[in-house]
Amino acid sequence: MSKNAIIAGLVVFVAAALFPFWFNIGGTNAAPEVELSAKAKAAKKCVLDKYDMRANHMTILNDWRTSVVRDSNRMYKSTNGKEFGMSLSTGENSCLGCHTDKAKFCDKCHTYASVAPYCWECHTDPKEVTQ
Amino acid sequence: MKNSRKSFLKKSSRRSFLKAAGISAVAIGAAPAIKAVAVASGGGTTTALPAATPKAEALVAKRWGMVINTGKITDEVVESVVAACRNAHNIPDFDHKPDEKKYPNTRPSNKSQEIKWIWEEHYEHAFPEMEDEFLAEKFKSLPFLVTCNHCKNAPCVQACPTKATFKRPDGIVIMDFHRCIGCRFCMAACPYGSRSFNFRDARPFIDKINPEFPVRSKGVVEKCNLCAERLANGQQPACVEASEGAIVVGDLEDPASEVRVLLNENYAIRRKQELGTEPSVYYIM
Repeated sequence: MSKNAIIAGLVVFVAAALFPFWFNIGGTNAAPEVELSAKAKAAKKCVLDKYDMRANHMTILNDWRTSVVRDSNRMYKSTNGKEFGMSLSTGENSCLGCHTDKAKFCDKCHTYASVAPYCWECHTDPKEVTQ
Repeated sequence: MKNSRKSFLKKSSRRSFLKAAGISAVAIGAAPAIKAVAVASGGGTTTALPAATPKAEALVAKRWGMVINTGKITDEVVESVVAACRNAHNIPDFDHKPDEKKYPNTRPSNKSQEIKWIWEEHYEHAFPEMEDEFLAEKFKSLPFLVTCNHCKNAPCVQACPTKATFKRPDGIVIMDFHRCIGCRFCMAACPYGSRSFNFRDARPFIDKINPEFPVRSKGVVEKCNLCAERLANGQQPACVEASEGAIVVGDLEDPASEVRVLLNENYAIRRKQELGTEPSVYYIM
């Protein structure tokens, strides 16, 4: 008698403990696919490698800010030999100069990962501004 | 061979094992400290970016300074200079009527909260210590342009608790807006009132946002940056371009520069010189 009760309890417990797993089966929350703009595709090389960029872009932006504001160094020569303007949104060789669509380049993943960086409180998306 | 190893193992007593273990432990423990010392003495910079350089076309100086020829300042010049600065740096104009569609329910502006980078001032306010009963009549109505003086001994830099305001090696007193916590100590410290606080989001009061410069968020102090972003691109400051020759910016440490030539040939004064802040903005009288 108690055996059945224990097994039933275990089943309920396991089901509850695994709730996040079975609830998300079905792929409704699949990670967003990165969509590169035509310009970014053509350029082929970014500041860092793809995976390094994915993990460390916030660090590099932080370093760039310090470099630009404090040391007035505004050109960045990457280890892969390419030069970039150290700016989020100004100029052709800035981040948004190449990755022209902020919604696809920034917001998509940030929304998915539920992070809200405050970059755009001050910095402006050139596309949005000139509209 | 086999024999000797055996004898070695036998010889290595507990005592010698403990000795070796102790030395190893000290070595492991000391490694981070040694590394840290090596980095500190090996010139490890705060921004480990050996690949970052200024743009080739950037304008450089040992100490930037500004000379304002008050004789050439007219009401029209003042207007165009202030407008040029406004457009270059997304400075809100609280007389601007917000776009109802884009910014619905914007509360009315308060003129006492306006943001000023360069603005018009009367003689008695720009140079209060030089006020005189018998001051030449013309000075009373003459427009003066005042801005951040990029002082050599900037009190705002000393007051800033987060190093958001700092002095660049080339003399420009500039802000890192990211670091500003809005404490406003710098505003209290500045004897020239050159700093403004963002009491609200400025966007509704900017006619046309310039994508070349950020806007500011609420709770941040701002001031003239001597167009550091334009100098870095090889351009003259916006006020210089709009001033029709009334404002000249150049290297104060270079005897051959235009500013030094002007200072050599004319009588020039600085604002509140007696405070010892050593302003870098000169007024040719």
